[in-house]
Amino acid sequence: MIRLDKVCRLFQVGDQEVRALDDVSLTIENGDYLSVMGPSGSGKSTLLNVIGLLDRPTTGTYTLDDRETTALDDDELAHTRARRIGFIFQSFHLVARMTAFENVELPLVLAGVAPAERKPRVTKLLDDLSLTDRSHHRPDQLSGGQRQRVAIARAMVMQPTVLLADEPTGNLDHASGAEVLAAIEQLNAQGITLIVVTHDNEIGNRARRHLRMRDGKVVDDYVGSRP
Amino acid sequence: MLLLAMGIGVAAVIVLTGLGEAARRYVAGEFQVLGTRLIIVLPGRSETTGIQPGLFSGETPRDLTLADAEALRAIPDVERVAPLIVGAAPISARGREREVPVLGTTADYLAVQNTEVTEGQFLPPGEIDVDRAVCVIGANVRRELFGDGPAIGESLRVGERRFRVVGVLASQGRSIGFDTQELVIVPVSAAQALFNSESLFRVLVQTRSRESMLRVRDQALAVIKARHQGEEDVTVITQDALLATFDRIFTALTLTLAGIASISLAVAGILVMNVMLVAVSQRTAEVGLLKALGATRRQVLSLFLAEALLLSLAGAVVGIAVGEAASWFVRKLYPALPLAAPSWAYVLAVITALVSGVVFGMLPARRAARLDPVEALSGRK
Ligand SMILES: Nc1ncnc2c1ncn2[C@@H]1O[C@H](COP(=O)(O)OP(=O)(O)OP(=O)(O)O)[C@@H](O)[C@H]1O
Ligand SMILES: [Mg+2]
Repeated sequence: MIRLDKVCRLFQVGDQEVRALDDVSLTIENGDYLSVMGPSGSGKSTLLNVIGLLDRPTTGTYTLDDRETTALDDDELAHTRARRIGFIFQSFHLVARMTAFENVELPLVLAGVAPAERKPRVTKLLDDLSLTDRSHHRPDQLSGGQRQRVAIARAMVMQPTVLLADEPTGNLDHASGAEVLAAIEQLNAQGITLIVVTHDNEIGNRARRHLRMRDGKVVDDYVGSRP
Repeated sequence: MLLLAMGIGVAAVIVLTGLGEAARRYVAGEFQVLGTRLIIVLPGRSETTGIQPGLFSGETPRDLTLADAEALRAIPDVERVAPLIVGAAPISARGREREVPVLGTTADYLAVQNTEVTEGQFLPPGEIDVDRAVCVIGANVRRELFGDGPAIGESLRVGERRFRVVGVLASQGRSIGFDTQELVIVPVSAAQALFNSESLFRVLVQTRSRESMLRVRDQALAVIKARHQGEEDVTVITQDALLATFDRIFTALTLTLAGIASISLAVAGILVMNVMLVAVSQRTAEVGLLKALGATRRQVLSLFLAEALLLSLAGAVVGIAVGEAASWFVRKLYPALPLAAPSWAYVLAVITALVSGVVFGMLPARRAARLDPVEALSGRK
């Protein structure tokens, strides 16, 4: 369970203060499927970064699965992030000189998982995402949709409880976008908490719960479709 | 580029220390050839301080003569005395001509210098002022003038005079700066006539025992002083003292060279730093990603440090290869110079390379480790 309590995230730009998150309080149940929408600069990515433990709230508290995260040090954050959070980015962020297999394997290497155990896990995931025959290709030999599916496999390899996707289809055409979305919705159906940031109403509407942000505030929060 | 810098650094350490070592061993070898129990008397006072007295009195240092050499022979515990006169003269035989160093000495020279003849004999013993027209030639001289034919008994023209070849020197090493293979040795009185000069270049004195060397040195000085109207106008040196001095000088030289080379390694280290800084900034997004995937600071740090270390190691390997090749090349070109770095130079070079890799890799690695994942990923930095 994710609980944000009066979270603010301030950025100092010159002598101006930007409130990227402004007093956000939010509770997200395990296994839920949320979309976050709103104009550019409204704080969607910042919210995702805070939930993903990549960024810390300036004020307020963030509790993940009954653990207060604000007090954790950098290494504990890294550790928690590795085990509980999966990220998918708009621009994939695959390591260019590594094959699909190695990219997916990377979090396991960082976590110190033994090579013998790594192989079946990576193979299984690539299989699930129909990438078996692409596992020894490097990112530049893959299509955008395939790259994003490699990124999904990488996000999932540590079996996180939360999957965060920041405009996952932003760089994809309609067909591969749909494929990618289907893949992550499938994961949500298996129980993972899924949060998708998007500008696309059609994609946003597929979620169970919808957040709308403006100027760092959550201005709308509803379940199901709005009449 | 980086490999090159590191490689050059390591190679420099190896070649330069090799050079220092070689110079030291070369000089040591030179003295070894001189034989032991050796005292060298040379004309002229070697003043280290003050003004040469001759400068005021208008005197020039007296020459060292054959009579002086004979007087030295009378000192107790002196076993052999070999006066030396050196010059260069054209020689010719069978229509072939060359210019070679000519050494005038006596029969004692062979034993004093610890050399041998491979053919015939050395200069015959006898009164040193008897001018016999015989000579001993170096191996190269023999080959070039007489080829495979017989040399002993042949006639050889040195300057304006004819000599009969009585022996060929063993092709062994060098002697007081001359390559014995290129030498022609004639009786000292013949050399005096040849160069039209009475004065000796050196007198080599061999004592009966090592222990008597110091006493003989002092007596030699006294004898010459007495003969030269109380002027102490010769320098007497013992081989041990010389050798020790040279050893010190060359050890210092080797260390200096190693130091200079190490500085070049440090420069290479700075290059490592630059390369790593570029690597970090080029891979900012990757670092951000690693962090997003749960890499700790330590992991990022050790990743980049390992990379710097690997680069340095590769550089060191390249350097050793280059250094070895360079040393080999120098050895081929100048066989007389036994260019080989001492093993501590290799260890020093590699350690310095690795240390500078780590030290200078540290800054970029820490920069990478401290990157904020959000900013790194978004490419804001
Ligand atoms: N590192 C930062 N330094 C300064 N200002 C920042 C930083 N990160 C975000 N901001 C500011 O915070 C606000 C929210 O940014 P955020 O990236 O969350 O917006 P967003 O909703 O994701 O926008 P978009 O739809 O364009 O991705 C913006 O005004 C942005 O300029
Ligand atoms: Mg954004």
